[in-house]
Formats: sequence, structure tokens, C-alpha cells
Amino acid sequence: MRDVPPARASYIHPHDWSATMPDFSAVQAKAARMRIDIVEMIAEAGSGHPGGSLSAADIVATLYFGDVLRYDASQPFWPERDRFILSKGHAAPVFYAALAEAGYFGREHLSTLRKLGSMLQGHPDSRKMPGVEVSTGSLGQGLSIASGLAAGLRGGEVPEPSHDDRTVYCLLGDGELQEGQVWEAAMFAAHEDLSNLVAIVDHNGLQIDGACNEVMCLGTVADKFRAFGWHVTEIDGHDVDAIRGALLAAKAHTGGPAMIVAHTVKGKGVSFMEGDAGWHGKSPSAEQVAIAVAELTPLTEGSAS
Amino acid sequence: MSNKATREALGETLVELADEGVDVVAVEADLSKSTTTFKLAEKYEERFFNVGIAEANMMGVAAGLAVAGKIAFTGSFAVFATGRAYDQIRNTVCYAGLNVKITPTHAGITVGPDGGSHQMNEDLALMRVLPGMRVLVPADYHSAKAAIRLAAATPGPFYVRLGRATLPEVYPADAELEVGGANVLRTGTDVTIVACGVMVAQALAAADLLAADDISAEVIDAYSIKPLDEDTVLRSVRKTGVVVTCEEHSIIGGLGSAVAEVLAEHAPRKLIRIGVRDVFGTSGEPDELMAHFGLTAADIKLAASSLVIR
Repeated sequence: MRDVPPARASYIHPHDWSATMPDFSAVQAKAARMRIDIVEMIAEAGSGHPGGSLSAADIVATLYFGDVLRYDASQPFWPERDRFILSKGHAAPVFYAALAEAGYFGREHLSTLRKLGSMLQGHPDSRKMPGVEVSTGSLGQGLSIASGLAAGLRGGEVPEPSHDDRTVYCLLGDGELQEGQVWEAAMFAAHEDLSNLVAIVDHNGLQIDGACNEVMCLGTVADKFRAFGWHVTEIDGHDVDAIRGALLAAKAHTGGPAMIVAHTVKGKGVSFMEGDAGWHGKSPSAEQVAIAVAELTPLTEGSAS
Repeated sequence: MSNKATREALGETLVELADEGVDVVAVEADLSKSTTTFKLAEKYEERFFNVGIAEANMMGVAAGLAVAGKIAFTGSFAVFATGRAYDQIRNTVCYAGLNVKITPTHAGITVGPDGGSHQMNEDLALMRVLPGMRVLVPADYHSAKAAIRLAAATPGPFYVRLGRATLPEVYPADAELEVGGANVLRTGTDVTIVACGVMVAQALAAADLLAADDISAEVIDAYSIKPLDEDTVLRSVRKTGVVVTCEEHSIIGGLGSAVAEVLAEHAPRKLIRIGVRDVFGTSGEPDELMAHFGLTAADIKLAASSLVIR
């Protein structure tokens, strides 16, 4: 049995980042635990999107468990919270795994994914699930919502706006960048100098019909966002130390929005799913679940759990 | 009498609401001069966001502002705000039930010379079918202000249809509307005329023409297309026995369809739908187009007479 994690993430002021370096092995353990949840819940559901959930697991785990995202699972509408928007809504399982791990709801709900009456809808539904800021699932829309939210939070409800460092984090897929609305939002965010907006692209290089660059060439994603006026960094999206460093630097960046292009492997952590577009939206068999769990279980033994 | 276009109510009412301390913001897609949202920008720059010619992003940004606690109004023309951003309205605004008020201008054929590409006659159909969407079609400047205030005061998604053409005054300055309401503007016994928007003034003129022929017409302004005031419609129809619906919109999916659905389920009666008959618009002056598409008081009178005199 695994220990139940604390529900509250501590408030971290930007000046104090170095004072609370997290235990990276603990974050890696969380990510492994989330990967097992992803595989098991999709198998139980009989459908879902494992590939893009697994590729994003280290990013989402670092956000929630690496002292990056400010939240309080017992108060989903706490005004001072940071906001997270999963623009690639089909990766809902990784989001649900993190929310359960963070204590937004009990783990017993994970087995209800995609079933009638469940709050774990096929794609995130803000009206059904605590911790989901806005419903997503139709690709290309999250960055617009995140931009409007970032603009709306400026000078908002926090008593002292000058100390208001509430940040909106938005996770996009790379195939999703083919949606024109993403670039409308990219223009807007730069034009409005949305320094409180941090976007991450889960750049796993695959989409339903195959390699992104064969379906519709993305070119150099980082250069495109730079050309749109964003501050851009590129990292290994499975290196939790690098992810955290990039997220904190992006949060601290002033003068406009920041983009992290996270190079990832679709299906990461499950040997037979890695790099295979066929696992974009397919449920594993019981035998395949057993193999995946066997591969991932040793990684769940981080020092903190 | 101050005859104005319903679009003029948008910028003015947003400024009034901001003056009153209501947390309204507007997101525009490069049409602030035409929609009149520029008035909010002039007085409250921080409440105004121009996304450029990008209607999908306009809707998404408005959604984000609503999530941040604002009452977010969107601009642009009806054809772009609904057609180009339909998935954003469906999946981002309505699915999450966000506090976004879609208030485009230049709806219907009275856009005039810009022609069929810009004359939106399908927006009510598109908006009416969305779960949770409330759809209001004000008949004049004063009721447009009331509709905008009602949308601002009521949580959740709204569609308020505004137009470019100058319209005669129907309502007093202190008009108030309600969600799911309708107003019987003239009582009668022989025929029920249910109208909305631009067609309300035409319906009232038609009632005058019918009176000259000793036909007593009841005129209902069904400004709330969704939810529709079914009780007011049914009460009138059970009295008069025949119905004419009038809208500056396709006869498919708008007011005529909504009334037909109610009649079919509760009180089947003879019905004639006045509206754009499943065709696109065309260039011309608004008055010419109203005649061209059969949307004048004379057209309503003819339809009503044909139902009454048999």
C-alpha cells in the first residue's frame, strides 16, 4: 500500500525557490505511480488515450508534486491558486491521476473513468470534477482560454496585486499546434504581455495518423513561438529536474508569455507503447497491463513515498 | 422618439454597467467601431480586449476571462461570432456553462449592401440548439439595452442578437425583459402574430393594416427565443386559432420553428412562418431587402388574412 499524500501544497514565494528544493526522486515516484494509474484506468474503461497521457506524466507530476503549481485540494476554488489548463484534453487520465494523487478526490474514482455517472469524463469536465478549471477536449482552444484567464487574473481579487504571482499553466500537445486557434492565442498572449502565462508543449512527435511531421509538418516549434514573441526554452520532458527548472524560470520570466517545448516520448514508461502512434487511443489488454505495471512498479519506490 | 439601431445599445450599456461597478469586460475582433464596443474601450481601456481578426480566439479569451470571474461580452458580427466560433461556443462556453455573453451585431438581412456573405440568417438556429444557451432578440434600442442588462445580471451563456439597421421605438426607456418572457404588445381575437427583433415593428404595422379590414390581430414580442414563453403563445393561440410567426432569420430553426414545435405538441393550429425562405441574402438597402424577402407589414397582413378569411 502506498501512503496517502498530503492534500496541501505549500505556498512558495518566488524569492524562496531555492529554499525548498523538492526531492526529485519523489516526483519521479509520483510520475511512475500516475503512469500505473493511467494504464489501469484506461484498461478498466476499455478506451482512452494512453500514449499522450504517458508522455505528459513527468510534466504533470512536476507541476503538482514538484512545488511548482500552487493549489489546495481541499479548496478547489481558493482564489490564490495557480491555474492549470490541460488543452490536450484527451490526456485526461494523466490529469485525473494527478488530481487523485493530490487529494482532490478519492482514488476509488479512478476505476470509473469514462463510465456512466462518473466525474471522470472521457475529456475533462469542469462542471463535474473539482480541480478542473475549464472543460477541454476540442483541441486548439486551451491556450485561448488560458490567455483570457491570465489577462483576467491581472489586478484581480488578490488584495495586493503587486504581489500577485498567480500563474496560468497550459499544457498543449504538439499535434494540437496544427489548429489555427493556437496561433491566434499565441499572438494575443504576446500582444498583451501575459507574463503570468506559462505554456508547455508535450512534443512527443506523434499524432493519431502517424508522425506529426508526416501528417502536417510542425517545423521547429520553438522557433515558431519565438517568432510570435514568446520566451521559449527547450527541455527533456522526462527530466523532472529540468522540467522544474524550466517551469520556475518561465514563471519568473517577465515581459511576456513563456513557452516550454518539452521533448517527450509518446507512451513513455511502458516499453511496448513507447514511440508507437498506435497507442494514441487504444486500451491495453490485461496481459499488457501486467507487463506495464511490472515495468513501472520498481520506479514507484521514491524516497518520499 | 429616438430611433436607433439595437447595436448602439451594446457599447452604451457596457459603459453604464462598468460605471455601476459591474465587472464587465468586452472581447472584440477588430469591429469595435461597427459593434460600438469602442465606447467601453474609450472609457475603460483595461476592460477591453481586441484580439484582432480572430473570432475563435475571441471566444476562448472571453471564456478565460469568465473563468477569472468577469462577465465577458464578445463583439464581432453575427455571421462570424457564431459561424466561425461555433465549436468554441459549444465546447468551451456552453459545455462548461461559462458566464460569456455573445452579443454580436449586424445580424440578418438588414445588414444591407454587404450582401449574403455578411447577412446572418442562421444564427438563431445555431444558438438555440445549444444546451444551456439563452437566446434573446430585442426589437428596438431600449429593449436591446434591457436584454444586455438581463444577460449581464443572469449567470451563464447568453446570445443577444443585435442589428445594424435603425429601428422605430417599440419600448419605453425603462423597459425590462426577463428570461423566458414575452410581451403581448397588442391584444386581438382573430389571429396571433408572434414576432421578434426587426419584425416586431412590422408586426405592429401589420396589425394596423389588418384592423382596417376588420381583422383583430394579437401581437406578441417573443424576444426570448430560448427559453420561449410557451404559456403566452399558447394562451393567445387558443383564443385566436391561427398564427403567423415573423423573423428576420431563416424559417428553419428560429422563432417559427420554436413556435411550431410548441403548437405541434400542445395545440396544433394553422401556422404561417414569415422569414427568409432557405436562401442566402443578397446586396441591397435594408428596406429593399425586407420587401425582396417578403418581410414587410404587407406580407404579414397577407399571411394573416389568408389564415383568417377561409
